[in-house]
Amino acid sequence: MGKIKDQYQKLQEQAQKLTLSPDVIQIRVGSATCENASGAREVAEEFKKNIVVYGSDNVKLLTVGCTGRCSCEPIVSVSKPGKKMVVYQKVDRETAHKIFVSHIKEDRLVEESLLGDASIYNTNKSQTAYSPSQQNLAGFPMTEEFLKLYGDIPFYNSQTRIALRNSGIINPESLHEYISRQGFLGLNIVLDKADPEWVVDQISIAKLRGRGGGGFPTGKKWHLARMSEEKIRYVVCNADEGDPGAFMDRSLLESDPFSVIEGMIIAGYAIGAQKGFFYIRAEYPLAVERVQKAIDLCHKEGLLGKDIWGTGFNFELEIRLGAGAFVCGEETALIHSIEGERGQPRTRPPYPVVKGLWNKPTVINNVETLANIPAIMVMEANNFNKIGTAVSGGTKVFALAGKVNHTGLVEVPMGTSLREVVFGIGGGIPNGKKLKAVQTGGPSGGLLPYSVIDTPIDYDTLAASGSIMGSGGMIVLDEDDCAVDVAKFFLIFTQDESCGKCSPCREGTLRMLEILERITSGNGTLEDLVNLERLANLVKKASLCGLGKAAPNPVLSTLKHFRDEYLAHVVDKRCPAKKCAALIRYEIDPEKCVGCTACARVCPVKCITGERKFAHIIDQKQCIKCGACFNICKFSAVKKT
Amino acid sequence: MSLNDVTLTIDGQKVVVPKKTTVMHAAEKIGINVPRLCYHPRLSLEGACRVCIVKVEGVDPFVPSCCTEVQEGMVIQTNSPEIREARRDIVELLIDNHPRECQTCERDGNCELQNLAYSMGVRERLFEGKRKRHPLDNTSVSVVRDSEKCILCGRCFRVCNEIQGVSNLSQQGRGFSTVVTPAHGANMDDSVCVQCGQCINVCPTAAFQEKRHTDAVWGAINDPNKLVIVQTAPAIRAAIGEGFDLEPGTPCTGKMVTALRRLGFDAVFDTDFAADLTIMEEAHELVERIKNNRSLPHITSCSPGWINFVEGFYPELLPHVSTCRSPMTMMSAVIKSYYAKKINRDPKDIFVVAIMPCVAKKYEITRPEFSLDGMPLTDAVLTTRELNWMIKSYGIDFTKLPEGEFDSPLGESTGAGVIFGTTGGVLEAALRTVAEVILGQPFEKLEFESVRAPVVGLREETIKIGDLTLNLAVANGLVNAKKVLDAIKSGEKQYHVVEIMACPGGCIGGGGQPYPPHGYNILDPTLIVKRAAALYAIDSQKKIRRSHENLAVQKLYKEFLGEPGGEMSHKLLHTSYHPRPRRGIK
Amino acid sequence: MNNNLKNVCCSGDCSKNEKDCIEASRDLFPENILKFIEQCLKDEHPNSQLITVLHKVQDHFGYLSPQTMDAVAYLMQIPAAKVSGVASFYHYFRLKPCGKHVISVCLGTACYVNGAEAVLKKFSEELGIKEGETTHDGMFTLEIARCLGACALAPVVKIGDDIHSQVTPDKVPFIISSCLKK
Ligand SMILES: Cc1cc2nc3c(=O)[nH]c(=O)nc-3n(C[C@H](O)[C@H](O)[C@H](O)COP(=O)(O)O)c2cc1C
Ligand code: SF4
Ligand code: SF4
Ligand code: SF4
Ligand code: SF4
Ligand code: SF4
Ligand code: SF4
Ligand code: SF4
Ligand code: SF4
Ligand code: FES
Ligand code: FES
Ligand code: FES
Repeated sequence: MGKIKDQYQKLQEQAQKLTLSPDVIQIRVGSATCENASGAREVAEEFKKNIVVYGSDNVKLLTVGCTGRCSCEPIVSVSKPGKKMVVYQKVDRETAHKIFVSHIKEDRLVEESLLGDASIYNTNKSQTAYSPSQQNLAGFPMTEEFLKLYGDIPFYNSQTRIALRNSGIINPESLHEYISRQGFLGLNIVLDKADPEWVVDQISIAKLRGRGGGGFPTGKKWHLARMSEEKIRYVVCNADEGDPGAFMDRSLLESDPFSVIEGMIIAGYAIGAQKGFFYIRAEYPLAVERVQKAIDLCHKEGLLGKDIWGTGFNFELEIRLGAGAFVCGEETALIHSIEGERGQPRTRPPYPVVKGLWNKPTVINNVETLANIPAIMVMEANNFNKIGTAVSGGTKVFALAGKVNHTGLVEVPMGTSLREVVFGIGGGIPNGKKLKAVQTGGPSGGLLPYSVIDTPIDYDTLAASGSIMGSGGMIVLDEDDCAVDVAKFFLIFTQDESCGKCSPCREGTLRMLEILERITSGNGTLEDLVNLERLANLVKKASLCGLGKAAPNPVLSTLKHFRDEYLAHVVDKRCPAKKCAALIRYEIDPEKCVGCTACARVCPVKCITGERKFAHIIDQKQCIKCGACFNICKFSAVKKT
Repeated sequence: MSLNDVTLTIDGQKVVVPKKTTVMHAAEKIGINVPRLCYHPRLSLEGACRVCIVKVEGVDPFVPSCCTEVQEGMVIQTNSPEIREARRDIVELLIDNHPRECQTCERDGNCELQNLAYSMGVRERLFEGKRKRHPLDNTSVSVVRDSEKCILCGRCFRVCNEIQGVSNLSQQGRGFSTVVTPAHGANMDDSVCVQCGQCINVCPTAAFQEKRHTDAVWGAINDPNKLVIVQTAPAIRAAIGEGFDLEPGTPCTGKMVTALRRLGFDAVFDTDFAADLTIMEEAHELVERIKNNRSLPHITSCSPGWINFVEGFYPELLPHVSTCRSPMTMMSAVIKSYYAKKINRDPKDIFVVAIMPCVAKKYEITRPEFSLDGMPLTDAVLTTRELNWMIKSYGIDFTKLPEGEFDSPLGESTGAGVIFGTTGGVLEAALRTVAEVILGQPFEKLEFESVRAPVVGLREETIKIGDLTLNLAVANGLVNAKKVLDAIKSGEKQYHVVEIMACPGGCIGGGGQPYPPHGYNILDPTLIVKRAAALYAIDSQKKIRRSHENLAVQKLYKEFLGEPGGEMSHKLLHTSYHPRPRRGIK
Repeated sequence: MNNNLKNVCCSGDCSKNEKDCIEASRDLFPENILKFIEQCLKDEHPNSQLITVLHKVQDHFGYLSPQTMDAVAYLMQIPAAKVSGVASFYHYFRLKPCGKHVISVCLGTACYVNGAEAVLKKFSEELGIKEGETTHDGMFTLEIARCLGACALAPVVKIGDDIHSQVTPDKVPFIISSCLKK
């Protein structure tokens, strides 16, 4: 048995040999989609140029994935020997050059571009005490690295990173960097133990629940697959991530594909599968590219393929692309899509663990679920389950977006409160506005009003509050967002994404949308509200798949928490958030208007009249409510009501 | 109660059913018919319409009873107030997106959607809004597609894929804009459709319809210059009564003839006569092939749906197909030549109407091969459904009609002719004659029970005639035909004779047969069996049961055609085939 | 490519046999696609690669035409109705030719709440086309995307392989003109 451990030892040694000496100055530039979109490529170019120009042999530019601090991208970090890593934000070519000449060459920090306060970086001591859940990570090189590097920087310092342990730290295209941080140790432990049943037990003990939205206990799912009499079985990684506003899985695959691959191999071993599929949405070309490269590297190293580490265990991985259909995240639709069919779901049962791909037992797990697997194996289930709640172990990654100061990826223990995420890590609402609601679970979820802000986030608590955990999209809405409009937005989405197979969802979502359109355009009636609720309940209870069953959630949750807003639209013909164009009025306050004529000139329908230097007036009959006058008036004379 | 049984409670009643039974079938056992639309017993489960939902205790969402298996201890309600409201709302959602055209619709009165809306109590529309718009696809000469009336139950493409193996139809697009069409949203004319009409049969609404020929037929009847002659296919008499609430399987030959006379047809002939004629020609061709061991297996050719299929999908097997025209076309040819001469009428003044269980025949009559000096042989084809409608619109009380007799001479037929209407019938009829031709002496055996199995899609049989052993195969439903053809192509099987009928069960299950009466499904095995039984009953009561013993046929050869396979027969009774563009894949 | 040919083999009185149809199909495709299909056919589940093949065909031609779909049908031995049924199900597959620059404005949640509708409207005004349409000169196609995964940088617009972040309506004319320079 020792043989298997020895092989890992060799792999480790190889990896360590390739690891940079601590004397080298390291510059890390992110290379995920988000970073490239903010100009990280040019920044990397600039550093490369500078290294050549200044002949700096002891400076190395490292390409890493993303750290998930999106609104500060491009982020650049600089590690100098014996010093704390320094992180810069919103770096452009010019700043990059400055960093090079001032910080790298002369040890002067470029203070105006630092992420966080300079005081963090001016000392080598760590300033933040680990939280209890962070302490659980501290013992393992695999999870501690992040704390060491980012532990003092706001936004990162209160996160507990397990799934994102390598994101932004290692080069996603380098197998040895992955291995050097205990990569494939989990698999090694599993193969050395040679007891698939034990693996499944560990996952159950870890209380790992599916991160794809449903929260189904992963250990139980694996167990069901193991019970099958069928010999051929499959593992599928669900990387469809169709929920708009969610980008955890993309970031993870782009930043740390090996973790997910290792998770899949372990899953394959545990359930007795020899083949796995990555189902990745085609909108994520970089993720596809990185995963393919990672698969190829693993093959070369014998971590995939026949007879892995001489254990007789064979495992192959193949990528299949989605093609723009949200419903293909649903398990049975996903199966049809991999089989080359229209991505339409079918009734369950039979569940995929009984009849999946080509009618064989198939375990489908989310990207993040799988990324947790190696960590559970290394840190042991009993440590993993100390993080999180009593029924749900570990952490959850959220994609924080919308009206929040710090947008980005946030990984926190299960049970963290919404307040901590939005106001703590997220830094609150920009422009001094008030929080209206937090939307979780995307189009299948609901709106959580301020009143539940202290709810600990977990599958069951969110469900009780009328939303769902979902895959991790978290959109913050402020007082300018209209609940009815948001509900309508999601319905536009689900209606567009309905596969059309079953009548309640295909027909019902359109009718619901029509009612919402009537309401937001001022033509809604109280009867509409009754019918809307009736339809919502029908679609929820009678639809075939999860898409339809969850499509009414945004409507139902807003009806529950924001019914007064609906009534304002229907009865008073008023949009309290002043969002629904048909229900707002632009008026000029004659007291404030100085007669500058700017509004009259910009109005597309020329419905503003008035003499220069005299108060102007809007002809309400002609006004198309475009808001141009409102935006242009420098004297706040145009009022929106 | 055995180990393989499950006990559950439905609407307060205990039911014991075998494991794997669906909730829907368990409910049927105690007399509860859960409403349904997409479910069809011969097709795969779709679970799409959600009309069949029931409430299972302890399960929050409603559960579709058609595709949910029973479980021990389940407690089910099929008619709780919330279920009834949900079901009603689902049906309303379907009709909200549906033309308000019942009064002018082909299916008014026998539409599953309409019936459902009525029985679910949809009396007002709460959710009405925008509805889908699609142009009527009237391009095919036989199958009309009206996608606005489609409710996406999926029966048509399932029948086309699973029973017919043609795969002409699929859903295109998705969501609210989903529409069922041939590849690339093309129209039916520009498709691989073989015009079997099975999609029409299974469609619960009028989204698929046959091309109507009734107006042309009325026109001809009302035209004083036209001699309008009608011929009726064997399968009509076995099914026509269903349209008038007669028990399925009631033979209605005499009433049918009377009804046709009352409708104003000048002569009523029986396609069964031509079926006997077909056997004369086909037996001759077959014996010749066996003797010379040429182009075996010999494959029958009387089903135009099948001919379309082989021309399009298996052109390389065309040499095996009998060159005999279908009985309908033989009949029309005889009417417009022999009979016209006999009554001394210009064939141009004769209008031949064929009553067929078949939609593909509407296409067959347009084939240029089937015209005589530029004049079509058959002028119109009415399906059983169309004829039923004509009878009703004439105010004829079918059930009270006296029994009529076919006109002479083309109304005489044998028992062999009538069994053409069911799968296996052509083969059995042929064997009755072939045996005597081969042996040159009477052959005792009349009934070839082993080829009679109308609900079996594919049968193989070995029959001994003297010292000749014949390997036979009978296939109905084109998916079964494919199996036989692939086995022939690969050389895996060596048959002598193969009978292929496009429609499941043969013509009794044809694409133009009446919509099923209450309590039956179309293609329902019980229904098919009853229709077949009617034909076998007629056969068994006939005095003459071998085609070559048909005196009128013998007379026709003597007076006009000469020998089977002779020159005149070749001109009038045989044809040739052409590979057609496949534009699709097997 | 002859656009009159609705189908790869021919549209009328065809006397070609199966082999000719397959030959005609082969002529449409570049070597890499043919090779891939050949490989698929050896697969345990050859049909399951249909979507992958359609991706490759779209990558090569820019969109999926009835001819190319029929050719896929012939080469993979899948009913044509199924191929087009699959292609038309997935929004990623384009069934019409597109412009040189495909502008996808994200209307996902994050982008929507951050004002993506105004951005879309501006593009539409500037280009004179609605979503799903292509400009007459064939330069631009305007499309809606449902999340490009860069939500925290919303509103996001993707043009070709480039992602533009935090786009505001006033940046639109500049983005368009920079495309024209390419
Ligand atoms: C409409 C719909 C879309 C879904 N989309 C995704 C998705 O994009 N990614 C995902 O992992 N799970 C998605 N799911 C959930 C999956 O069906 C499935 O539950 C999950 O992949 C199981 O993995 P887990 O147990 O690891 O969470 C979706 C479900 C539905 C009903
Ligand atoms: S619920 Fe919607 S997405 Fe799901 S099967 Fe029905 S129509 Fe398709
Ligand atoms: S822009 Fe403002 S101040 Fe100027 S005319 Fe208009 S309302 Fe008056
Ligand atoms: S809202 Fe638009 S249309 Fe109305 S007055 Fe102002 S600029 Fe003119
Ligand atoms: S198909 Fe049925 S419901 Fe529709 S118009 Fe015709 S009769 Fe009425
Ligand atoms: S059913 Fe009613 S609506 Fe229809 S024709 Fe009769 S009375 Fe008129
Ligand atoms: S007529 Fe037959 S072949 Fe044609 S579409 Fe209908 S079922 Fe398919
Ligand atoms: S055409 Fe008829 S059978 Fe086909 S899906 Fe529509 S309603 Fe169902
Ligand atoms: S089996 Fe009969 S009804 Fe069906 S296509 Fe053939 S001839 Fe017509
Ligand atoms: S920085 Fe990569 S996800 Fe935001
Ligand atoms: S009959 Fe069961 S879902 Fe349609
Ligand atoms: S919502 Fe626009 S990129 Fe995600």
